[in-house]
Amino acid sequence: MTPADDIRGRIEQQRAYLLRFARLQLRDRDAAEDAVQETLLAALGAEASYAGRSELRTWLTGILKHKIIDAIRRASREPQASLDDSDDAAALEELFDRSGHWGAPVAAWRDPDASLEQAQFFEVLEACLAGLPAKAARAFMMREHMGLETDEICKELGITPTNCWVMLYRARMALRLCLEARWFGAQVTPRK
Amino acid sequence: MKPILSCREVTRLVSEGLDRQLGFGERVALRLHFAICRSCTRFNRQMGFLREATKRLANAETLRSS
Repeated sequence: MTPADDIRGRIEQQRAYLLRFARLQLRDRDAAEDAVQETLLAALGAEASYAGRSELRTWLTGILKHKIIDAIRRASREPQASLDDSDDAAALEELFDRSGHWGAPVAAWRDPDASLEQAQFFEVLEACLAGLPAKAARAFMMREHMGLETDEICKELGITPTNCWVMLYRARMALRLCLEARWFGAQVTPRK
Repeated sequence: MKPILSCREVTRLVSEGLDRQLGFGERVALRLHFAICRSCTRFNRQMGFLREATKRLANAETLRSS
């Protein structure tokens, strides 16, 4: 086997990982597959420039992030149904009483660090992310998973900074409720 | 920035604090509120945890698949 065949094989082996990564950020399965396909093509075209400087997966993920941002940019130009946004806001209002105090006291989450060691926890987190309105999920993942700054996210999504903060706020509030209902609230007895 | 924040305003500010640098007055107002409100203190911790958990998502994916 020549070294070129070898790197091609190793790039192809990362496909499943890249696809999972893309699916976390792009709801649309087709868009995720397109982004991965473009990444693999770009990688094969640039394999000479890779030259083993960084870990293969890190290098590929770097390319993929750009492809994901391109896909998000395309999607955010498409008209969005905004019905789910107002439902979201209504659910949020119910958390507080008229004077702005918590309707029910906030319960402590037991041993959250232990949750970070459990694959099951991340399955729940992913399910909660999947339940967010599409645009809010995208904004949240760009901010918290890809680590983009808010102004970059606003630009990508074509919204003002204030809208962006509100969208991220609602996403966090919804995720908190979801984790509480589906993970921390179910934790009455210690999980094995 | 008014000195007394409601819990609702605190949650909003905690979230914004994850997205922009808060001003001095805002940080002081949050501290004052946390000092007397256990619910918001817990909420603040939960938001920090949510950030950490989301950051680790891809790593968890790797763990699970390999």
